[in-house]
Amino acid sequence: MAFISVTSPHSHRANSTAGVMQQLLLATLPGVLALFWFFGWGILVQITLSVITAVLCEAGILYLRKKPIAFYLKDYSAVVTAVLLALAIPPIAPWWIVVIGTSFAMVFAKHLYGGLGSNPFNPAMVGYAFLLISFPLQMTTWLPSEGNFGASTGVENTLQLIFSSSPADDASNYDAFSGATPLDELKTQLDLDQSTDILQQQDVFKGFIAGAGWDWVNVAFLIGGCFLIWRKIISWHIPVGFLAGLGILAAAFSLYQPAQYASPLFHWFGGGCMLGAFFIATDPVSAATSDKGRFIYGFLIGLLIYIIRTFGGYPDAVAFAVLLLNLAAPTIDYYTQPRSYGHDKPNRGTAKKDS
Amino acid sequence: MSRNTWKFHGGIHPPQNKQQSVSASIRQLPLPDKLILPLQQHIGAPGKVLVSVGDRVLKGQLLAQAKGFVSANLHAPSSGTVIDISDQPVQHPSGLPGKCIVIETDGKEQWCEIHPIDDYRQMDATQLLATINNAGIVGMGGAGFPSHVKIGTQQTISTLILNAVECEPYITSDDLLMRERAAEIIEGLQILAFILNPKEILVGIEDNKPEAIAAMRRAAQESTEANPGAPCAVTIVSVPTIYPSGGEKQIIQILTGKEVPSGGLPSDLGIVCHNTGTVHAIRNAVIEGKPLISRITTMTGNLVTDPGNIEVLLGTPVSHLLQHTRTSANQIHRLIMGGPMMGFSMRSTEIPIVKTSNCIIAADDQEFPDAPPEQPCIRCGACAEVCPAKLLPQQLFFYSKSKEIDKAKHYNLMDCIECGACSFVCPSQIPLVQYFRFGKGEVRKSKIETDKSDRARMRFEAHQERLEKEAAAKEEKRQQRAAANALKKEKQAKAKLEKEAAEAANPSTAASTAQESSNEPSNNDADEALETLKSNATKASKRYQQAKKALQMAEKNGADNIDKLREKILQLETKASDAKKALKEALPSPAKKIPAKSDATPNNTPKETDTSAVIAAATARVKVKKAQNALMAAEASDASQEVLEHLSTNLNTARTELEQHAPSEPTTGEAQ
Repeated sequence: MAFISVTSPHSHRANSTAGVMQQLLLATLPGVLALFWFFGWGILVQITLSVITAVLCEAGILYLRKKPIAFYLKDYSAVVTAVLLALAIPPIAPWWIVVIGTSFAMVFAKHLYGGLGSNPFNPAMVGYAFLLISFPLQMTTWLPSEGNFGASTGVENTLQLIFSSSPADDASNYDAFSGATPLDELKTQLDLDQSTDILQQQDVFKGFIAGAGWDWVNVAFLIGGCFLIWRKIISWHIPVGFLAGLGILAAAFSLYQPAQYASPLFHWFGGGCMLGAFFIATDPVSAATSDKGRFIYGFLIGLLIYIIRTFGGYPDAVAFAVLLLNLAAPTIDYYTQPRSYGHDKPNRGTAKKDS
Repeated sequence: MSRNTWKFHGGIHPPQNKQQSVSASIRQLPLPDKLILPLQQHIGAPGKVLVSVGDRVLKGQLLAQAKGFVSANLHAPSSGTVIDISDQPVQHPSGLPGKCIVIETDGKEQWCEIHPIDDYRQMDATQLLATINNAGIVGMGGAGFPSHVKIGTQQTISTLILNAVECEPYITSDDLLMRERAAEIIEGLQILAFILNPKEILVGIEDNKPEAIAAMRRAAQESTEANPGAPCAVTIVSVPTIYPSGGEKQIIQILTGKEVPSGGLPSDLGIVCHNTGTVHAIRNAVIEGKPLISRITTMTGNLVTDPGNIEVLLGTPVSHLLQHTRTSANQIHRLIMGGPMMGFSMRSTEIPIVKTSNCIIAADDQEFPDAPPEQPCIRCGACAEVCPAKLLPQQLFFYSKSKEIDKAKHYNLMDCIECGACSFVCPSQIPLVQYFRFGKGEVRKSKIETDKSDRARMRFEAHQERLEKEAAAKEEKRQQRAAANALKKEKQAKAKLEKEAAEAANPSTAASTAQESSNEPSNNDADEALETLKSNATKASKRYQQAKKALQMAEKNGADNIDKLREKILQLETKASDAKKALKEALPSPAKKIPAKSDATPNNTPKETDTSAVIAAATARVKVKKAQNALMAAEASDASQEVLEHLSTNLNTARTELEQHAPSEPTTGEAQ
């Protein structure tokens, strides 16, 4: 009698990539709920649109690449990308924004590089950056936060906003009831030689830390992130490095000139900080891979975010910082190999012939 | 007794599955009809067969002898007849058959002569080592490294470690051995301690084996009490249950905090580490004189009705074990030799038990389902978190898969112990260990190829060098020949010139000065000839004087190796003056007839004196010529010296002039 020959190990822990992705989706729930609470139905519509687009794109490309479609769709990676992108898009952005962004992310940022595991850049952030550069107005127009699950805007109104006819008349449509985000507003005001005192004065900043609604959204994502660390879906290195990099620079500048620079707390709980720290930057495919490397990677993202937010042309910077560090990740990996068992010191740099 | 332990990086907690096989005590099975003994049951060279088909062998008889240093003896596990020596299916990852000695047992279990040692403390270490070597003992934990090589280390051993961790799920053979034969294991340790003389003996046992720990502690205690003079006490250390704490490198790290250097051996740290079964076998070899012919094997798995530990003769086919543990062999989905983490799946039930077979798992498709299809690596890093060698499996995976050997080596692929922890946790179900085995194979292959090409290059370079040397030698010879020819030609030309000069002089003077001429001379001309000779001599000396002056000037101008030249010039000068003297001596008898000059053959000379004068003059001339040649040779050795060249030309022309002006009247008579 002959049996199949398989190499060891013969037993496996019951875990799967799909499981990892599902837990990640679960961890976004607090953030999604917070966004829903403060900014209404829009976020749910965006997520739905994005997921549908992503799954269709993934299936289409898999079909073209002659890969088993169901097998790859079941890993939930497309859904995760879609949800992360949707979370970063303004809830009332027109439907074609999220469709274009998601399909760009799936087709160009993911599959043209070889699909899951082969993409050098975070697909959601490629999609986001693509949208931000191409459609800056739509991408920076947020509703003022409400705090009533969108009761004041209403489902129909939201849908109408999102699916309204042509891009051309969008601008006039919005102006009546949309506004900038706290980060955006602060930047504008500081550019107008206002001091950070406005943080206490204007409505848009009327949160407990960093603007109405936004601080709670960040808190929600922080909770989700802690869940991920607890479930060992992500390691603490990237988020901690991320927040440390951002916090250290923010603290240094705000101590130096408090009137000109916002506090670390404002930066931590403003904009897409927590979403970026726990959900975006931690995408393992495009991040550095060793623990030390991950910390450095996160730290540098934090530094870059502060620099771009404070001195750059964009109000928020998670996407650009993450993409720039995606580029640097292989280099970071070269210099952050752990010291292996039985070695005096870790190997550094690139492989040499006959090393 | 609590002792500090250290942690190794990573590790996993796979389901234990040990309880199935620990309830029953170690048992024996009926003697199988046939024993199949692979020659290769260890790391190293297979043994040399000492028996032939048809031989009757006794239990314990040597069948195959170790060949080389890293090799091991093989003995007959039972008495019977050798019925075959051929390739049989054996346990090897390649699935290839291996050469085996097949014995048909006769059921008599007749032992050959054995030599138990009553008191090993009376023996010396080398004798004991030889006993262990002869017994064919290899590491019985899985690797099968010949034990005598480990024990025979030349390094000073400070710590002897008994690896009784048994961290692989399912396997309980060491556990049961310790529970039932703790005293014998301690005895084995004392034997090893006697040989190695360590400072401490540590026994590492995972804390999921409380019975074994208790039994070993008791035995160690009794041993210490019984032998108060024992070299050192045995310390039983309970270590946390985590896979792969039983890896040699890991148990060393757990017990001592030290890391075996990459590419090194535990003995580099003064540590020798042995498996429980091995130490027990060593004890049996020394105390009972019995070679390694049996071992404890765990029979377990869902399909085994009577799981447990069996003391099984080496060479017993697995089918025999399955049959006697009431295993439903027809339902077997996967048959594993070893544990689920590092064991090998077997292709056939006819494969025999060997020295390293610590466990047989007969599993159905529920227990070890087929692995789902591999998904892409998302670099989640779960593998790196559990890697006990602190590698980055996610990177090694890419480099192994893409055969980027240099990068894989840079990420320390060769330090992978293939424990399988990374594969176990991989959410993408990637068989990482398989990739690493492949990668390691590629590294070894490239090493072999590099060595090969290095050797080829060295051979080629040596060959080139040899060719160059030969060519250079040829060229040198050729140049020497050319130089000699040139010299010869020059000489000939000179001689010709002289001859012509002499011939040219003949008509105007009566004397013949040509060397080879032997014409009849006239008496009248004799005086004149002498005069000519005289003038020639003086002229020569004058020219040489001038040459000397020029040489001195050259010296002043700073040429290093003209000293020799100068000496030679001086010699020339003296010789020239000698010639003049001789000529002068010849002068007092001018009336005599002067014969025609004949340097070499003065046969037909009328007067001795005249002849001698002529001969002296001629000799002088020849000497002058020789000197000139010497000068030229010296010149050739220092071509850069323009002055010298000029000088030599001077000398040359001087010489020619001397010859040419041979018939002319003497101008000056200076002899200085």
